[in-house]
Amino acid sequence: MPRVRVQPEDFDTGRELEALTRGRVDVGAVASFVGLVRDANDGSPVKAMTLEHYPGMTEKALTDICEQAMSRWDLIDTLVIHRVGALKPGERIVLVGVPSAHRGEAFAACEFIMDYLKTRAPFWKREETPQGARWVEARDSDDAAAGRWSR
Amino acid sequence: MVTLLYFASLRESVGVSREQVALPSGNATVSALVDQLRSRDGRWTDAFAPGRQWRVAVNQQMASPATPLRPGDEIAFFPPVTGG
Repeated sequence: MPRVRVQPEDFDTGRELEALTRGRVDVGAVASFVGLVRDANDGSPVKAMTLEHYPGMTEKALTDICEQAMSRWDLIDTLVIHRVGALKPGERIVLVGVPSAHRGEAFAACEFIMDYLKTRAPFWKREETPQGARWVEARDSDDAAAGRWSR
Repeated sequence: MVTLLYFASLRESVGVSREQVALPSGNATVSALVDQLRSRDGRWTDAFAPGRQWRVAVNQQMASPATPLRPGDEIAFFPPVTGG
């Protein structure tokens, strides 16, 4: 069962990744990804960000993405923590952790989960810039990245 | 009746986050429902204008314009997602 959490609170990356392997001796590799709030986007400084989501669907979508990863690769577990609400530049937004016996499976699954999250999980970013607040536009490059995994 | 939810910039365009509406008569699909919404007034015409990108989920699963609808469904409209 994938570990999926959607929360306003920050998380401790080290503690979360350590929890994936605690008490296990079959894990040979843990691949992870941490997404952070940048202080600039599309040529404007970003002072703050608010992340909106679709409660209920968000958790289902993330669980579904993790289950797809577990069916495609030989993984021991999957973890996704995604924050919502008000965030400042430098703060953590998302953590993906993927333990596996071997690094190749872990790396690939970690990238797959992020690519699918970017195009299928119902989150929306609103940025505060000196020109006012604006919704972040989806990028075609994210669709292209997710499309690479279609068979 | 079905429940409609709107998120992010689409919610701001139409000015509501949630409402109950009757399904279009006949072959009720997402596409038929959007046609019905577009005919309401300028806010909906703008929100679902050609060229404006929107996504839809039915009962919390990503769906498409051709997805059939049934009474009691939860239908959410939103712009392309930008998490991560």
